[in-house]
Amino acid sequence: MTLTSYIFGIVSALLILAVVVELLRRRHLRERHAIWWFVAGLLALIAGVFPDTLVWASHLVGVEVPINLVFFVSIAILFLVCLQHSSELTQLESKTRTLAERVALLELAQKERETSE
Amino acid sequence: MPAFNEQASVGDVVREVQQKLPGVTVLVVDDGSADATTQVATEAGALVATLPFNLGVGGAMRVGFRYALENGFDAVVQVDSDGQHDPAGVPALLAGLDSADLVLGARFAGEGDYAVRGPRQWAMKLLAAVLSRTAGTKLTDTTSGFKASGPRAIALFAEHYPAEYLGDTIEALVIASRSGLSVAQVPVAMRPRAGGVPSHNPLKAATYLGRAALALVFAFIRPKSTYRVGGSV
Repeated sequence: MTLTSYIFGIVSALLILAVVVELLRRRHLRERHAIWWFVAGLLALIAGVFPDTLVWASHLVGVEVPINLVFFVSIAILFLVCLQHSSELTQLESKTRTLAERVALLELAQKERETSE
Repeated sequence: MPAFNEQASVGDVVREVQQKLPGVTVLVVDDGSADATTQVATEAGALVATLPFNLGVGGAMRVGFRYALENGFDAVVQVDSDGQHDPAGVPALLAGLDSADLVLGARFAGEGDYAVRGPRQWAMKLLAAVLSRTAGTKLTDTTSGFKASGPRAIALFAEHYPAEYLGDTIEALVIASRSGLSVAQVPVAMRPRAGGVPSHNPLKAATYLGRAALALVFAFIRPKSTYRVGGSV
């Protein structure tokens, strides 16, 4: 590994973490949405600063080429994020539905009051 | 009466219901229609609740049940706004409520000559067999939208009425049965629809079979107590 790629890995990881922290700070990201991105950035930083941990971890789980472990973990994290989003979308839809139903009933009640006056 | 883009027929249906069943409250739930459904129904003399966007039959029906609950109605009868349901069948449905919490208007139980074939029929047969067993009574037409609900069913459906595909028929029946409500059916006649086009297409029918089976499976594996739509109280 060249020094350039070593530094590039660390800088990328720090950039990810900085963006996540900044979004959290400005309240553009809620904690529960940030958690996966934070984990991803932290893992990237660890693997960037200590490349040996990556080699050690891939031996541990029996992955022959360490970079494949990186791909596997990245895909797993993206998958979990997508799943979390789908689940929250479903909850939001059901809340919107309840709101829409309530609005319709309130409008109806208001209309009934107006006609009875 | 759930209505989605039914301006062609909803007015006549409302008038017919009021003429054949004097004294009933007709509530049309306009399910986010893009046409003049709300105006036509209002002019025909119905109460109209207008949803801000399309929610599907499940959403429209829950509005109806909630309205009934909040205004102290004893019975709710669901009538399609395309004119397929003959309001003359309503008294028979209501009579059935004396001995059951939920009464279905069954289309194949002798009255009328409504018939379906192919995958759609298999789907209906399968559903009928499974749901009859769950409800503990013989049901032949489980996807009928022509239903009467008593006070206990109203209270349940005002809170739990699924918006999923086929949720308004299959899943609602499963929810009702598992909550200990009694279900019964009475034969009703069906008429050809007054407006709109029916879906008769082998591919669509096969899709219907698949989705019906899926809807059925999920209706059963959902937890009973934690099933709360929207967490509404």
